[in-house]
Amino acid sequence: MKYVDEFRDGDSARVLAQLIKREVNPDRDYRLMEFCGGHTHAIFRFGIVDLMPDNIRFIHGPGCPVCVLPAGRIEAAIKLAEEHDVILCTYADLMRVPAGKKDSLLKAKARGADIRMIYSATDALGIAQANRDKQVLFFAIGFETTTPPTAAILKIAKAMELSNFSVFCNHVLTPPAMAHILDAGDAKIDAILGPSHVSTIIGSNAYAACSEAYGIPIVIAGFEPLDVIQSTLMLVRQINAGTAAIENQYTRAVSKSGNKKAQAMMAEVFEMRPLFEWRGLGSLPESALQIRPEYADFDAEQRFSMPTIDTAEIKGCICPAVLRGMNNPDECKLFGTACTPEDPKGACMVSSEGACAAYYSYGRYRNSEAIT
Amino acid sequence: MCLAVPAKVIELHGDSAIVELDGIKKETSTVLLDEVAVGDYVLLHVGFALERIDPIEAAKTLKLFDELKELDKTL
Repeated sequence: MKYVDEFRDGDSARVLAQLIKREVNPDRDYRLMEFCGGHTHAIFRFGIVDLMPDNIRFIHGPGCPVCVLPAGRIEAAIKLAEEHDVILCTYADLMRVPAGKKDSLLKAKARGADIRMIYSATDALGIAQANRDKQVLFFAIGFETTTPPTAAILKIAKAMELSNFSVFCNHVLTPPAMAHILDAGDAKIDAILGPSHVSTIIGSNAYAACSEAYGIPIVIAGFEPLDVIQSTLMLVRQINAGTAAIENQYTRAVSKSGNKKAQAMMAEVFEMRPLFEWRGLGSLPESALQIRPEYADFDAEQRFSMPTIDTAEIKGCICPAVLRGMNNPDECKLFGTACTPEDPKGACMVSSEGACAAYYSYGRYRNSEAIT
Repeated sequence: MCLAVPAKVIELHGDSAIVELDGIKKETSTVLLDEVAVGDYVLLHVGFALERIDPIEAAKTLKLFDELKELDKTL
């Protein structure tokens, strides 16, 4: 496939890895946080971790939308689907995420709730048009990559006066989460592999405040293996030189200012949510979006009474620490025994972007060292 | 969730396009793009084209990899 295969070339990977080995200072560690789950998976799936010298340490970040969604939000959606007789649409990633009391959207569907897995946000609109006698609710999650499609369908719904359609908005923002991780300082990080597709929308300049405030080098990195290895080299060079700049490796898709049309659409439909609860990171101010009053008719949180549910973490699950970059997945007692992709106990094992799923799928027989 | 795949635009119909991905054809919304032409590669995500892939920038990155490989042979 064009723009995929070329960026997976083994010879180039070996040469880039050789350069990294040559340039690292053996007297220090290089602690690089890959913010996105997409990077975590590339690192394990393509064996990048084995090509790196031992003192390059990848610390896994919180960039997995289903992993950072508190279980209470899922429980609230399940309650709505079961008690209000609505059609609940959502992306596949969310279906198996454990909510409280060993429940999930998939289990609620099995009990008879009308919960539908959709491929595209526009599919939810189609379902609403085909079922005018029922309320259709789109359970929207995701970072800035996934937000513009939600904005687009809300605009269409408003133009069409689609009165039986609403969105349960759980869209979250990347730069505040990054700032929080750096501010908390739980995970000692020397540099950051910056988001790929989030950055196509918000642009590489969006991290300027973060990079400046914390004096940390950031390289926007594509998701293919050569992108990740080249970005690692760029970070090593910055660390060696003592600089803290934002560089862009993923120039074929990311510009400095991002996709302005998508940004305008998001700004028209969404506004800053004062406070949002993140799984693992806690309540973060101005870190998520909510639907603007002009679109209140299409806001599920306005249309229905959505209960706020606090859910305790499953005993033994260390997802929150994994999301903060404080522990590796295989430091969890449940990893690979009680918690597997087939029977996940924590969200990080469910999602194809979760760090636990990456470890389980590609690296569970590798002896990794503890982070600290 | 943030995964997006490069797909080639083969037909345009107003705010939507037919894109091809490894032989599979899919309808996608182009409402997030300012301009798009048949033959462009776009990043496909949840049924939307997020951004066009810049062929010149992609070629530059690949050229750098090729140069590094050549350099490696001489070392």
